[in-house]
Amino acid sequence: MNYFFQRFGRQIVIWLPLAWLLLFFMLPLIEMINVSFSEARRAVPPYNPAFQFGPGGISFQPVVDNYYLIYEYWEDYLWPAVNSIRLAFFSTLYCLLFAYPMAWWIARSNKSLQHILLILVLMPFWTSSLLRMYALIGLLNPNGFINDILIWAGVTVIPIQMMQTDFSIYAGMVLTYLPLMILPLYASLVRLDGSIIEAAADLGARKWDIFKTIILPLSIPGIIAGSLLVFIPAVGEFVIPALLGGPEQLMLGKVIWTEFFRNRDWPVASAIAIILIAIIILPIVYARYQDKEGIS
Amino acid sequence: MAPFISIKNISKKYGNFSAVDNVSFNLQKGELFSLLGPSGCGKTTLLRILAGFEVSNTGSFEIDGHDMDNVDPADRPVNIMFQHYALFPHMSVFNNISYGLRRTSLPKSEIKSRVEELLELVRLSGMSERKPKTLSGGQKQRVALARALARRPKLLLLDEPLAALDKKLRSDTQFEICKIQEQLGTTFIVVTHDQEEAMTLSTRIGVMNEGKLIQLGTPKEIYEQPQTSFVADFVGEISFLEAVVKENKNTHWLMQAAVPIYVSSDSNFNVGQKVKLALRPEKISLTSRPTGNINEFKVDILDFAFYGAGTQYRVIGPEGVKLKLYQSHNQPSKANSPMLKTGFVNFSPEAIIVLES
Repeated sequence: MNYFFQRFGRQIVIWLPLAWLLLFFMLPLIEMINVSFSEARRAVPPYNPAFQFGPGGISFQPVVDNYYLIYEYWEDYLWPAVNSIRLAFFSTLYCLLFAYPMAWWIARSNKSLQHILLILVLMPFWTSSLLRMYALIGLLNPNGFINDILIWAGVTVIPIQMMQTDFSIYAGMVLTYLPLMILPLYASLVRLDGSIIEAAADLGARKWDIFKTIILPLSIPGIIAGSLLVFIPAVGEFVIPALLGGPEQLMLGKVIWTEFFRNRDWPVASAIAIILIAIIILPIVYARYQDKEGIS
Repeated sequence: MAPFISIKNISKKYGNFSAVDNVSFNLQKGELFSLLGPSGCGKTTLLRILAGFEVSNTGSFEIDGHDMDNVDPADRPVNIMFQHYALFPHMSVFNNISYGLRRTSLPKSEIKSRVEELLELVRLSGMSERKPKTLSGGQKQRVALARALARRPKLLLLDEPLAALDKKLRSDTQFEICKIQEQLGTTFIVVTHDQEEAMTLSTRIGVMNEGKLIQLGTPKEIYEQPQTSFVADFVGEISFLEAVVKENKNTHWLMQAAVPIYVSSDSNFNVGQKVKLALRPEKISLTSRPTGNINEFKVDILDFAFYGAGTQYRVIGPEGVKLKLYQSHNQPSKANSPMLKTGFVNFSPEAIIVLES
């Protein structure tokens, strides 16, 4: 047994997570691509798989009808796509604006306080996201806590409409995704050597100048990592806009949901999802490619 | 002549702990001054006060007659070279060195020519586009030095400038720092825990311990005439002998340690006074036979270490007196034979340093 681990220990450590990813990430993704090239039908499952193998042998009959449909009715999908990207973009931006000072403060406090603050940052993850959204509704409602206080304080006479606005969606998005922005920012800021900042001050740089020329450039990896972690799930977000947004807030997540569950058109839903993934991944791949070019 | 740098009664407390305790000294323009002391003695805190990163509780710091107390680090005519260089990792060598100059109103062409000059000075011409991570330790150190010198400070602070370099590179760099300092005439304060570094670099040394400046003098004074046993022990190797003053014999004092020892000293002692005698290893000779010297006794050789240019011995004499001694290999001597188990040590009355017990 001991010999076994000595011989294959390294392989196990590498292959086990890889097998996990293959099984539960790669295979579903491949299946989704498969569905997106399949023909819809009224049956269970509601499609005729493009690729299948079974007792009747292997058959491969892909159809591009689903993609063609999206192409034909592109105007119907363009607005939800633009809307999704807009909401995800501003959610990422607001997360960054809130997270940066917090991450900086955590990274610059003493070690024991850092641990406590990081646990506090992660604390929201311990309750269900859905519960937190309902709590937010309770706060933002026309007869909710915040309006009660504003009316009591005499700031307003009639309740301010906060629910079903962009504001409520961004509040929900920032509340949900803030930790995903804080953690990578913290990780890059905590590695920043204090004497580098002192060296800049010693060489005549003022506070804002130091931030612009030293701290910001050195935290770019953290900004990129945090932005990806927030932007990617935010583009496909379905629950938050559905609960907090108005009915006119049509997002891609909602469109996919409608195709799947209302129309029972799995192939078209899959095709939209694949297009969404492509829209997100291609810029990242391009950016990485550019990065590599720059180094060599 | 008014001092160029004047440091008066500077103290810094963290709670009850005195990091810097009432330190005062003056420097003339162009001095290369070392603050020497063990880690935690307050030398780095003092340096950070001079750079403006820490605020002292009491005292004043003047450069060329200007008080620096309320001057922001960015505005002080003082620059610092950090122990681990603190180079900006995302900037090229050129941008690192020009960082301070780009914060002034100097025109671009002037900045460019100044950086070229500095690169030449630290022998890094042609490296201006390299990133710090592609440089060796010695090259990084030179970039840091050039960057700190770029604004032509009146006072340059160097925090353990050689600590991160290996031994061979260290001695080369030492001389280089001296050369650059002489060339520019800038006043340098070097903080170091390495007594050898302090001795070779500086025109004067200030020895610090527990926040206090204990002794200030030229390297020779610090080495040959230490005023306390701490300084004697910290700077170089030394052996101590506890002794009592016996009598005054014209030119010499007779002192009773484990053996009677004759000491030549200008100071006055009271008979019966307890003193500490200190002896540098190179002032003691080891011979296989007695030489008839005034201070001489027989010792057993405990062990020895070969240093190439010489050998260091540890010997034990009467009543367990332990001495360290160093024999240069400049002449062949039987006493240097590793077979030797016992021998005689002798030293002149002038070689002995008398310290308060």
